[in-house]
Amino acid sequence: MDIQLKRGLLDVCVLAAIKSQESYGYQIIKDMKPYTEMSESTLYTILKRLENAEMLTVRTAEHGGRLRKYYKITEQGLKRIEEFKEDWKEIISIYKFVTKEDENNE
Amino acid sequence: MNKSEFLSSIQSGLRGLPKEDIEERLSFYSEMIDDQIEEGLSEEEAVAEIGTADGVLSQILSEIPLSRLVKESVKPKRALKAWEIVLLVLTSPVWVSLLIAAFVIIISAYIVIWSLLISVWSIELVFSLGSVYIAANAVVFISQSRFWQCMAYFGASIAFVGIAILMFFVCKKAFKGAIVLTKKITESTKLIFIRKRVAK
Repeated sequence: MDIQLKRGLLDVCVLAAIKSQESYGYQIIKDMKPYTEMSESTLYTILKRLENAEMLTVRTAEHGGRLRKYYKITEQGLKRIEEFKEDWKEIISIYKFVTKEDENNE
Repeated sequence: MNKSEFLSSIQSGLRGLPKEDIEERLSFYSEMIDDQIEEGLSEEEAVAEIGTADGVLSQILSEIPLSRLVKESVKPKRALKAWEIVLLVLTSPVWVSLLIAAFVIIISAYIVIWSLLISVWSIELVFSLGSVYIAANAVVFISQSRFWQCMAYFGASIAFVGIAILMFFVCKKAFKGAIVLTKKITESTKLIFIRKRVAK
């Protein structure tokens, strides 16, 4: 898939992964695995970007004698997901237009 | 490779970047590895899951914009003393020109690569247009019923088409090569800025 396109999509994926409850790095990757593969390095960059954009907040908590970072979505993050859904409707209608001729030919 | 080997090679690869940045990344990878071990993977497997240190490093570097690396390396660690500022200003004819020279060298490397590419594509263009031109001449000769000239031109035109097709593959390769080289240069320029900070 086009890298620029995928980058934008993965941002929303990560937001969706922490939408219902806060989560941590490895859990996010595991939750996304059935849908899309993402490397740890990519996740780091995305989390950092979303944190800077104030779409999520980070807290550090102890887990099994070590520290773990938990990510929680903010109002702005939730708004981003809603925006994405709206955008996607338009993309779907563009997709329908693009593939219209294919269907007519069949 | 075990966890501490992996983390220390990431650390040494990134040295020169702001300390907090490196620590944050290291703790992120460390947490990832620990979480995978908790899931039942062995330490080696967990590290392998994340990838090779070199692969991770080059991905990290490619994601940091060059402008930020430059800014980080130019930013002084402490406030400059008055005499240092005077010295900097006095020596500016030297270091400013050196800086410009370094900049120009990098830019010219890009120019050389892309000019080479343009020349290869120009040759391609010459052969493609040439074949059309010669074929047109061949038609003119037919109308003048100069059969042998027409045959010769027709043959030459086909030869040109053949060369053009072969050249096209060379051009495509050259284009890909130029992109790879451009990326390599950007990456090594970034490395220069990272390494330079260590030397200080």
